[in-house]
Formats: sequence, C-alpha cells, structure tokens
Amino acid sequence: MTQTLKMSVAAFALMASGAWAAQDSIIIGMQLEPPNLDPTGGAAAAIDEVTYANLFEGLTRFASDGAVVPGLAQSWSVSEDGLTWTFDLRPGVIFHDGTAMDSADVVFSLNRARAEDSTNAQKALFAGIADVSAPDASTVVITLDAPNGNFAFNMAWGDAVIVAPESVATNATQPVGTGPFRFVEWAKGDSVTLERFDAYWGAAPALTRATFKFISDPNAAFAAMMAGDVNAFPVFPAPETLANFDADPRFSVIVGSTEGETILAMNNANLTDVRVRKAISHAIDRQAIIDGAMFGYGTPIGTHFAPHNPDYVDLTGGSAHDPDMARALLAEAGATDLRLSMALPPPSYARRGGEIIASQLRAVGIATDITNMEWAQWLEQVFRGKDFDLTIVSHTEPADINIYARPDYYFQYDNAGFQALIETLGITADPDTRTTLLQDAQKMIAADYVNGYLFQLAKTGVADSRIEGLWQNAPTQANDLTGVSWRAGP
Amino acid sequence: MIRALGRRALSLLLALIAASVVIFVMLQAVPGDPAAFMLGMNASEDAVAALRAELGLEGPLVVRYLAWISGMLGGDFGTSYTYRVPVAELVSERIVVSAPLAVMALVLSTVIAIPVGLIAAARRGGVADWGIMGGTQLGIAVPNFWFAMILVLVFAVKLRWVSAGGFPGWDAGLWPGVRALLLPAIALALPQASILARVLRSALLDTLDQDYIRTARAKGLSRRATVVRHALRNAMIPVLTILGLQFSFLLAGAIIIENVFFLPGLGRLIFQGITQRDLIVVQSVTMLLVFAVILVTFLVDLAYTFADPRLRRR
Repeated sequence: MTQTLKMSVAAFALMASGAWAAQDSIIIGMQLEPPNLDPTGGAAAAIDEVTYANLFEGLTRFASDGAVVPGLAQSWSVSEDGLTWTFDLRPGVIFHDGTAMDSADVVFSLNRARAEDSTNAQKALFAGIADVSAPDASTVVITLDAPNGNFAFNMAWGDAVIVAPESVATNATQPVGTGPFRFVEWAKGDSVTLERFDAYWGAAPALTRATFKFISDPNAAFAAMMAGDVNAFPVFPAPETLANFDADPRFSVIVGSTEGETILAMNNANLTDVRVRKAISHAIDRQAIIDGAMFGYGTPIGTHFAPHNPDYVDLTGGSAHDPDMARALLAEAGATDLRLSMALPPPSYARRGGEIIASQLRAVGIATDITNMEWAQWLEQVFRGKDFDLTIVSHTEPADINIYARPDYYFQYDNAGFQALIETLGITADPDTRTTLLQDAQKMIAADYVNGYLFQLAKTGVADSRIEGLWQNAPTQANDLTGVSWRAGP
Repeated sequence: MIRALGRRALSLLLALIAASVVIFVMLQAVPGDPAAFMLGMNASEDAVAALRAELGLEGPLVVRYLAWISGMLGGDFGTSYTYRVPVAELVSERIVVSAPLAVMALVLSTVIAIPVGLIAAARRGGVADWGIMGGTQLGIAVPNFWFAMILVLVFAVKLRWVSAGGFPGWDAGLWPGVRALLLPAIALALPQASILARVLRSALLDTLDQDYIRTARAKGLSRRATVVRHALRNAMIPVLTILGLQFSFLLAGAIIIENVFFLPGLGRLIFQGITQRDLIVVQSVTMLLVFAVILVTFLVDLAYTFADPRLRRR
C-alpha cells in the first residue's frame, strides 16, 4: 500500500514538473503525423512541419515573412547570362552525426534530387539544372539550361535541403541534417522529439527540447490544449473553438496567412464555354463561404495569387456575387438544366464550403452531385484522372500561378498566350518587369474565369500566451522553432 | 474430443485463408495509388513510377498475393509504404498499447458486470433491479466516443487529474502507462459492462427457475450460496459467448477510442493506414486482427467445455 502511494506521489511530482517547471522545452501539436522524416522523399506537409529549419537546411531558406534569405550558402551570385549560379557555402557547418558539410554534400543532394530514379515530390524545382560542380570545398557552381529568376526561391523549399550521402538512406526514420535541432526519438503514432544541437553553426535556439505531438481528432486537440498537454497548436484543427481560447488569458490565438489559394476548380475541358464559368463565378458568395465554412477566417481572392504578396492585384470585383447576372449568362449560353459533379476532398474548407457552394449554385439553376472523397481517391480520380466538373482545393505551394501554363494540369486550362507569358517570366530578372508580368498573369486567368477563386486560407493557431516567436504566417508549411522562447514571469 | 478439436482447427485454417483472400482483393479495389498519394500534387510521372517500383506495387495480382502470404507465414509482414519500416515493427510498437487497453477494458467490464448482474437477478423486480436495468440501458445507448469526450472534459480539462490523451510509453514506468489507459479503458468498458450485466441477469433468471435451484434451496442452502454456487456457474455459457464477441467489439471500438485519446495503438495505425493508402499495413494488421478474433472464438469454444462438462463428451 505504501509502495503504491509512494509511486503515485512520484508520478504526480513527475507530472507537475513536466507541466510547470520546464520553460525551455515545448510541446507542439500537429494534426497529421509525418509518414517519414525525409523532406526529399515525400510530399506530406507534416514532414516539413517537423523538419524545416529545425532538422534540415537548404542553400537558401524562407524567413517568416516569406523572403528568401541565406541558409547554408552565405551568399550567391548569378552570371551575366543568368545561367551560372555560384553559391558560397558557410564555413564550419556540421551534420548531426559529426561529419562536416561541404560542397560535395551539396552536389550529392542536388544530383540525387534531379536523378532519373529520384522520388522527390517537387522534382520540377530541379528540372532546369544542367550541371552541378564543386570547384572547392566551400563553393558550388550550378549551371542552368535557361535563365531562372526563381532559382534561389526554388532552393529554399523543404524538398531542396542538403543531406549527406552517409546518412541519406536512413533519413526517413533517423534524420541527420545540419539544423539547430537534432533528432532524438520518434514514438510512432504519438510524437517526435528533437533536442538542441550544440555544434550548430548559427545562433543557438532558446529551446533545449521540442516535442511534436500528433493529435488528429479536433475534439482531442481542443482537450489537449485546454488541459495543458500541448503548449502550442500552430495549425489548429477546430476553428469553431477559437473563440473559447481567445477569451481565455492563458492562451493566445494566432491568425496569419498561408500560401493556400482556395479555389473552386473547374474542369475547363468539360466547361468550355467561358460564359458558363463566368456564371458560376458570379453565383458564388465568397463571404458567405468564409463565414459559413471557415468561421470568418480567410481573405477573399479574385485570382490565383496571395493577397499578402506585393504583386497581388485585387480582382474580386470581376466576379462579385451577382445571381441575376449568373442566370442571364447561363441563359445566354443556353446552359439551362446544368448538372455538374462536385468532388470534395476531406478538409473542412472543401466539405463545408462545398455544401454552401452547392446551394449558391442551386439558386442560379445549376444542380450539383456531391461526392466526398479521401485524398488518395481525389488524387487518382480528380487530379490525375481529370474525371470531375467541379472540386474545391487549396493550392498551398507558394507562388504557383505557373500551374496555369500546364495544359495537362487537372483543370486543363490551355491558353497559348498565358503559356508564353509564363515563359517570358521565367527568363526575366528585372523586378519591375516581373511585377508587370505577374499582374498580367493574374488578370488573364481572372478574365478567363478559369476557376472560381474563393479565399486565401488563413493559418489559425493556438498557443500558450507565454510563448513567443512562433511564425504567424506560413510562407511555407513549417514550424520554425529557432526563434521560439518562453516569456519569463508568471 | 481430439477429433472435434482437429475439425475446429481445420475450419479455423479455412476461415483464415478465406479472410486473407477477401482482405487482399478488397484492398486492391480501393481507389487511390499509394505512390501518387505520397508524392502529392506536384509529383512528376516518372517520380511516381519510380516509387511504385520501389514499393513493389508492380506485377501480377496472384504473385503479389502469394508473396504476401508466404512472407506472413515466415513472420515477414512487409514494409510500410509510408513509414518505410517493417510492419512487424510497427505492430509490436502499437500492440503494447492496444493489448493492455483491450485487457483492461475486458477485465473492467467483467469486474463491473458480474456483481451488477448478480444483484439485479437476486433483487428481481426490486428497486435495485430497476435502477440497474435503467442504468445499463443508458450504458448501451450512449456512444462510447461521446462518453470518452465527456470523461476527458471532466477529468482532464476541468479537474486536471489525468492528461487528455497520449501515451508516455512503458519506459516511463508502469503507473504512468496504466494511468494513460485508464480513461480509454473506462470508455471502452462501460457499454460492454452494460451488455454483459444484462445478459448475466437474464441468464441467471433462467437458471433460477430450474428445478435444481429449488432442490438446493430445499436442502437448506442459503439464497446467496445457491446463486453463486449453482446459478452463476450454469449461467456462464451465454456470458462466455458474449465475452468472446465483445473481444472483437473492443478491437473495433478501440479504433475510435484511440483517436479520441490520441493513443498510438493498432486502431489508429489502421485508420492512418487507410487514409494514407498504406495498404500493406492495413492488409497485414487486419489479417492479424482476424487471426486474433478467430483464435479467441476458438478459445471460447474450449472454455465452454470447462464451464459445462456435458460438452466434453461430444
């Protein structure tokens, strides 16, 4: 009896110390568990949410405002013709296994990513590379097939991080990178634990230990936050409860923006008449969707571009909610009795938003057949099979308007003028000209009513109010912990 | 007896083979390519093809089926597509959560159900009986995930006695582990205990009407001794049957409960495997669960013969 008593007292003490004393460790909640921890071998956002900037680093990296800043390369230069990029590597960079990082590792990483048998999910980032060479241990020279104004941006992606040939085979389960944290343990299905890496080249982070805990059920996420089991939930899955956290001084609600343009994608091969696509766009009431499906979080968009981007043009007026105009357009196009299939993937923006859009379309005389799908099925049937009329999806890749230049992309928009524009953009380095081109691109797809542009997905997170330094916005899907700390005090 | 056992073992084997074919074929028919899922929207065709080859997704159906089965027989459950580790390793990590949870829930439901059932039967028509019948009705009607959420809100969010979920691992010690499984086990056990108590009550009432009970009473045995020594033992057959069936309900219920309490158990592994199209995990774990259920049914059959000696002669 005394034995059990002692044990439970010890257990309580242990719990108490875990909950209150440790102010240099953090427990971060995430809805999805990463399938593996190798950012160069999978598309799952959860991989980057654990590893980006924490475990792995690339030549360049995204700062919290989305700017591309130096990473493992302290500087770089581009030749006059834009074909040769020379990266000057930081000295004294060490992998977590103690081996030094030099130009040979960079050459290996980039060649691996662009190889024939590469399973990199963003292989297109490396497609323009003709050759990678290392004149000395701290210099890497990359030759491109054609000038690419975006190359430094491409190298900042999580898929372009630098790995070592010695550890690459086991990165999926035992990741070895150059970041400020090193991998400690992965209790599969439960959590991943990281620890501060003392030999890090840069400024040491304030946290000594970080645990990512995986909680998929929104109710469980709410309970875990409320019970103090989790310190922060940067992408909180239960937006309907955010008001509770906002009212509670123990917590702060962090609302920011993401790179996710949420669209009602239309199959342009089925809906060939621009008047029908225009009618659908005018039938949609964006604010009703944001309020009804997203609890008011989200910024309306009128084209496929992020509103926080300096080059953004507000084109929402061109597809304002106007059911009368929608009906008139449909009558003009002779598209009465229109019946369209609508495929909805699992996220609530799609499932809840889809119901609202269906009723808005019904109001102008368009019937819809809704099919709920899991991601795997959506990828196969909608994205690859192009077997759909309408679908709702958030395009979370940053600056991805160039997908409209791919006629075989799932919404099948084929416009030679747009394709030429993107091609020009790719070889243009002058910032002013780039801005003009990007704005023309936004206007062109809006004028063609390629898709119904709904809203920019918000990033809504919850954190203990004593935590500072978490990213407010999500220029890429990451939980960069390098600047995170606990505020001293009560 | 031996021949009967042999017959049972043979039908057990046939059931396993049939189950393996059904599981394999059904999962082949599920829409969604695991490789395409893993690489996402920007993946190039050749990257997907390279991954498909790497995962061993190419080749004729029969060959892949036989490879899977022969691997399973040798203890090789395949390699998870998404986690890239052997499925056997994943299972052994998860079973240390799921098995104790199922056992705790089973024990808990039995420990609750037997006295409750006994009292209800002994006080048939009385206030206690009415109360128990009403309570167990409620216990069956309440969905266990809802009950689980209420438990979390009360004991984790309001009272802060336990954490809202998660599992510290057995390395953290026996008590923290048991403690983490306590609420989930209660949530799982309550509906089962209700069913079990009701079955036990009606089985007891049936036996209490039997002649041998009157004889036992007539020879001077107390009411209590009669119920415990004679009635309870004879009422065990239906109770055992229900216990056996409950085992599979516990496994199914664990999928939901493990999600509510974010426990890294087998149920969540399957759930995750399905959404991520980690078909080899789903396939092998489902097969393992089928095996467990069939085995338990077999053991329950054996237990009948202990509870009722008459069955031994058949």
